Amino acid sequence: MPLLEVNHLSVSFHTRHGVVKAVNNISFSLEPGQTLGIVGESGSGKSVCCYALLGLLPSPPARIDSGSALFSDTNLLNCSESELRLIRGNKIAMIFQDPMTSLNPFMRIGEQMIEPLMYHRKISHRDARAHAIALLEEVGIRNPTYTIDSYPHEFSGGMRQRVMIAMALIAEPQLLIADEPTTALDVTVQRQILELINELRRKHNLAVIFISHDLGVIADIADQVLVMKAGYKVEQGSVHSLFTNPSDGYTKQLLAAIPRGSKSVPDRSTDSTLLQVQNLTTRFKLYDRGQRNEFIAVDNVGFSLYRGEVLGLVGESGSGKSTLGRSLLNLIPPSSGSIVFDGDQIVGKNSNQMKPWRRRMQMIFQDPYASLNPRMTIYDTLAEPLILHGLASKQSVEMQVLKLMDDVGLARAYIRKYPHEFSGGQRQRIAIGRAIATKPEFVIADEPVSALDVTIQKQILELLLFLVERHNLSMLFISHDLAVVRFLCDRIMVMQHGRIVETAATETMWSSPHHDYTRKLLSSTASPLILNQ
Amino acid sequence: MWRFIGSRLLQAIPVLFVVITLTFFLVRFAPGGPFSSEKSVVPEVKRALEAQYHLDQPLIVQYGSYLNDIAHGNFGPSFKYPGRSVNELIAAGLPATAELGFYALFVSVIVGMAAGIIAALNQNTWRDHVPMAAAMLGICMPAFLLGPLMVLVFGLWLEWLPVSGWGEVPGDKILPSLTLGAAYAAYVARLTRSGMLEVLSQDYIRTARAKGLPEYVVVMKHALRGGVIPVVSFLGPAFAGLLSGSFVVETIFQVPGLGRFFVQAAFNRDYTLILGSTVFFAVLIVVFNLLSDVLAAWLNPRLRNGLSNP
Repeated sequence: MPLLEVNHLSVSFHTRHGVVKAVNNISFSLEPGQTLGIVGESGSGKSVCCYALLGLLPSPPARIDSGSALFSDTNLLNCSESELRLIRGNKIAMIFQDPMTSLNPFMRIGEQMIEPLMYHRKISHRDARAHAIALLEEVGIRNPTYTIDSYPHEFSGGMRQRVMIAMALIAEPQLLIADEPTTALDVTVQRQILELINELRRKHNLAVIFISHDLGVIADIADQVLVMKAGYKVEQGSVHSLFTNPSDGYTKQLLAAIPRGSKSVPDRSTDSTLLQVQNLTTRFKLYDRGQRNEFIAVDNVGFSLYRGEVLGLVGESGSGKSTLGRSLLNLIPPSSGSIVFDGDQIVGKNSNQMKPWRRRMQMIFQDPYASLNPRMTIYDTLAEPLILHGLASKQSVEMQVLKLMDDVGLARAYIRKYPHEFSGGQRQRIAIGRAIATKPEFVIADEPVSALDVTIQKQILELLLFLVERHNLSMLFISHDLAVVRFLCDRIMVMQHGRIVETAATETMWSSPHHDYTRKLLSSTASPLILNQ
Repeated sequence: MWRFIGSRLLQAIPVLFVVITLTFFLVRFAPGGPFSSEKSVVPEVKRALEAQYHLDQPLIVQYGSYLNDIAHGNFGPSFKYPGRSVNELIAAGLPATAELGFYALFVSVIVGMAAGIIAALNQNTWRDHVPMAAAMLGICMPAFLLGPLMVLVFGLWLEWLPVSGWGEVPGDKILPSLTLGAAYAAYVARLTRSGMLEVLSQDYIRTARAKGLPEYVVVMKHALRGGVIPVVSFLGPAFAGLLSGSFVVETIFQVPGLGRFFVQAAFNRDYTLILGSTVFFAVLIVVFNLLSDVLAAWLNPRLRNGLSNP
């Protein structure tokens, strides 16, 4: 008998602007000890589906229109709020995407962890605490008798997610719902968390619903997979059959969008060097307990970049990738070292002196939601750099903006629209258009596709490749995703703790990594099921 | 933490110095003086008075000796209340003002926070609109209107409470406390509501609900602590304001507090009393801002590390 059986679940949101059907006629079932992966792009209804089971959707506007969800003979959808409360955190527990914001920052983690036990089991504070310490140990928190009294901000992201998992499991639930639990984490940490969930599932015979947009992660962890699109079920089946023999067009499209393979690298021996970086160091001053310390974000970095080359820069969060990128443009002035751009030294130039170089060096940022000015239309955003650098006259500027929009694949009719009227992918196209408006020779792309869905990600990567070739751009492509870097880059630099630990041609690094850290990154990157397709 | 408090108190010294200097010279440059009134005073008498209070000396000398006095905690003699020092006047008015201030603070915190929490939990329903409309009214209505209205309704029509006085008949402290606390309660209600709404939309509230906690635990244990931080930062300076006395409320209800001294001092060009009250208020502001920062850090552990590097 299945532990959970969901039949014909439909959920809609009743807003001022009309009714949105978020989930349509979804059915699935789950045995104890099994993992169901629910995969889909943002807005596909995968989270809504699970929140509805536990009554965690804000109502209004959410309304469950039909369906049943039998969990050991109880229909969750018919339960009252107080009946559901006895199930939540007790028989069904949840972990969430962002461990930074999902733990209460005002409470010690021990206090938060024991709450499910205190409210569901009525055991003493001391026993609950002992239980929490044992569980922290089990999820791999070092020295738990001491760390149990820490606050969440004293932990790293991966450790917080471990704490979340321990808190979810403390009342020994039968079902764990994990909503994108590794999306906010670095790849090597993601690997550890997935292994932890798998191990705990076997040990406690736990059923898991694992929600993710990342097919690679789903391939690793799930037994059964449900693919959703726009609230509807697209395909359902065992993980193996889905990945080796997808039947639906959308699933095939999703699988095809996973970047794989490498770019054919042209011969660079005749190309000239555009950028020559030597001994570049960027330090930040820290003030801690009245003492001055220095944090070396970029430590003695040197590399060169050819004209027309795409150089990948990979590393985990905090490794100094973004600081290096910004230092190269003098947005964060480097502390020492030299950056020679097309024969000119740019370290030490002030912002006025930098102006001619600003035209030739541009940057694309990660978050197209935050990096575009919400009060400027596309026209304003794209025309500003043209006018500022004197590249367009009043008569020609509109024509040039329209050409730029053609270049980055935006319909000309959108010219007077504001950023909020666009999807994430379209916004990133605007941001790319802004960066290439001044016809730069060098572009730094700082995680430009990390915030995008996989099918959109593929389109943006293809756009970048097209622009690089068409304008003979040199690009520093910053990413934490090795598969993406392999798809786009000629060479790869690996950064750890502010240093470059390895630089090699893409395929050389992929097949024979030298540094331990590179090996670790590679082994965390993609599932064999996907790579061997 | 102690380091932080110590350094903040050290920072207060230049602040107080600037306040004293500015006030000292501004009141001196204002036309008129303590002994120039409509009645013409015999020039000899005026000169004698000025000599007695050292007003005949050069300004810079007076400034120096005033600084010296203040460093010794002595605000000097009042010019208009003969024979009484500014220290005595403040000490005489402070108890009533402080008591009134505490009651008003109590009223504003209890009423304001309750209204704010109820409004936030029932966003966009009548339970939200009614308290928030009342809060708007409370902010808009000046004390010189609210006070007499309260007297009219509770004192004259219903005859529940005495219309004025302080500590003379039972219940005479209620109306002044309510009148003074009303505006603050209104601000607290609005701050609590927006703070709670912000916190209630946080991911960790969803986590708390997913743990199966009862709603009152979610609100009182998980949400309130973060939600009241804006209120705490508001209450620091607000309480300093309450303790320096409210001229309007004290006048309406005949409360023997500080407020009337301060206002009278300005009209009378009572130089030492103006300076004394300004310094007193500045010290209160510094102390209560510090207190509210310490309280905020106690509520928010992420701020605690920041406290060691001001």
